[in-house]
Amino acid sequence: MSLAYYPGCTLKTKARNLEEPGIASLEVLGLKLVEIPRWNCCGAVYSLADDDLIHQVAPVRNLIRAKEQGQDKLATLCAFCFNTLKRANLLMRENAEKRNTLNSFMDEEIDYGGEVEVVHLLEVLRDEIGWEALAQKVKLPLRELKVAPYYGCTLLRPREVAIDSVENPTILREFLKALGASPVDFPESTRCCGSYQVISNPDDISEYARVILNSALKHGAEALVLTCPLCDYNLGQGQKELMKKHSEFKGMPLFYFTQLLALALGLDPQVCHFELNYGSPESLLREKNLLSQSESFQPIGG
Amino acid sequence: MSVTISPKRLRREFVRKVRELSGQNLQLCYQCGMCSGVCPAVSNMDLSPRRIIELARLGLEEEIANSKTVWICASCFACTVNCPRGFDLSKMMEAIRLLTLRKNIDYIRPEDISPQERCKLPQIAMVSGLRKFTG
Amino acid sequence: MSIKEENKNPAEIAAKLIPIYIMGKRYEVPEGLTIMKAMEYAGYKFIRGCGCRGGTCGACGTVYRKPGDYKLQVALACQKTVEPGMYMAQIPFFPANRAQYEFADLISAPEEVFKLYPELFRCVACNACTKACPQGIEVMDAIAALKQGNIAEAARLSFDCIQCGLCTSRCFGELAQYHMFQLARRIYGAKILPRAEHLAEIVGTINEGRYDQILEELKHVKEDELKKLYQEREAEPMAAGEDWKPKDTRYL
Repeated sequence: MSLAYYPGCTLKTKARNLEEPGIASLEVLGLKLVEIPRWNCCGAVYSLADDDLIHQVAPVRNLIRAKEQGQDKLATLCAFCFNTLKRANLLMRENAEKRNTLNSFMDEEIDYGGEVEVVHLLEVLRDEIGWEALAQKVKLPLRELKVAPYYGCTLLRPREVAIDSVENPTILREFLKALGASPVDFPESTRCCGSYQVISNPDDISEYARVILNSALKHGAEALVLTCPLCDYNLGQGQKELMKKHSEFKGMPLFYFTQLLALALGLDPQVCHFELNYGSPESLLREKNLLSQSESFQPIGG
Repeated sequence: MSVTISPKRLRREFVRKVRELSGQNLQLCYQCGMCSGVCPAVSNMDLSPRRIIELARLGLEEEIANSKTVWICASCFACTVNCPRGFDLSKMMEAIRLLTLRKNIDYIRPEDISPQERCKLPQIAMVSGLRKFTG
Repeated sequence: MSIKEENKNPAEIAAKLIPIYIMGKRYEVPEGLTIMKAMEYAGYKFIRGCGCRGGTCGACGTVYRKPGDYKLQVALACQKTVEPGMYMAQIPFFPANRAQYEFADLISAPEEVFKLYPELFRCVACNACTKACPQGIEVMDAIAALKQGNIAEAARLSFDCIQCGLCTSRCFGELAQYHMFQLARRIYGAKILPRAEHLAEIVGTINEGRYDQILEELKHVKEDELKKLYQEREAEPMAAGEDWKPKDTRYL
């Protein structure tokens, strides 16, 4: 079975360790992710201005590409892109005036009326595959690795795009349990990492990271699982700075959910690209016997 | 902090534009402070989100212009989902930012980001940051 | 043909005059001329905004509209023939900052483009650039490729770029697309494209002096003898098999 797939700019370069294990894992689960042709950057953020239409063009164009392929679903791995694409899709479905204007502006494209559904990979795992079926395919249970699920913002807010309960999400907890890990709930799991403030007020980022990571550590987490490359960057870089400034600060490895998925399904760890991760995942994985001694990675993130 | 509220200081055009751009009814807010309570960036702000709404309602454009609050906002939507009146505060923040950006006054310039950061940052950071802070 | 028409200059008989508007002023110009020639016919003298006259240098970017049509059209003045009612202006140059860099210091990575042209990320994929390209390049797609870190694809898509600057003039995000593409093509050509091994081999053989002697000999051969040598040179026959060898095998 195949699913139309929108990668987003970041996954092809900086977040290969999110994409590659994801694609490989889904193949094992019987789903082939097929990249839509001629996709462009979705714009990363959904334009919040009532009169702004030009910033809707980019995400809508990608939805049109999916429609052109005869697809009724478009799957994403990047949480940032998911939010933008889904909100733009809702706009095209609900606002007739803007829909007409956008369609007539993009006169070189076919018309679009919200025919495609935007889904995130976690939704696909929960709704199309199911946790029980996933658990049965697990070859290397994650030996009760204590992983704190970190949702960030974009998968759960605003309410109209949420893939789970906004106040008490459980999707990552169920995902981790299916893989044999031990989910560690903590109060800051939906607190923002600082997002794009990293380019305008970068000094604030380590403070945002401190609140989140400290809370996870206090509740006994050994690692954090993420869905978004910007969260990864902010928490990873923030963690590095905190360790530099405060020698007593204990960091922890940051994983993408697709990496844990690939590991648990018994895929070759090379596909996970752990060398791109922050927080030295290698030593933790070895400690838990989730990585053989012969496997080694040159840490790039540190 | 003392603020003078008077019809003389009310900038009607500002209020109208914020309402239009955000598509939100500013009168919904009853100043409960939930937004400030859930805002992850509030400790870095000089004026809390709750105060910004009140100032916007009263048309006190200067106080808002002198505050860096809207530029510290990370559009995380925590305020939006938690507001008991369904007021979309993130849209109001965006409207206030746009009133400056559309005058061709940028908050940052791409060249202010160090070359090393430009290489390391994920593309979503560059794209989203430039969208929020440049016109 | 009437007697009157017979006595006319053939060029005058053939040329039908059509109206065009250059910078808002109306002129009657002969049908069939290119925009550039029509402007010169109308009395304009090009000292800038004109170059190869062959559709390659990108100096003569022109924008125009047709009567009753809101759509903006683009063309190269030296290539496009005039149409009745064309309403045009030239964009011979559009300001576009080119980053300063030492090419030898760059590595073959998309980050080099991100570093030198951070405004790349201001693209909103509005497609105005693609519509403005007289070469039919998918400019938006090439910029998308750059954002995705795919230098090879950006180089491939922008191959026909003649750097006319029309895309830059229409860009919502204020990007200088053609400068970014040039950087991508340079990195691709110099640092990514695989080198032809047999070329390196033969260059090595030449540098080792294999052909020095015969070249030296030929330098001293008289012109007539040289011509004779050339005309009588042995050429591989059309239907030659794999094992064909020339009579003189010294230089194989």
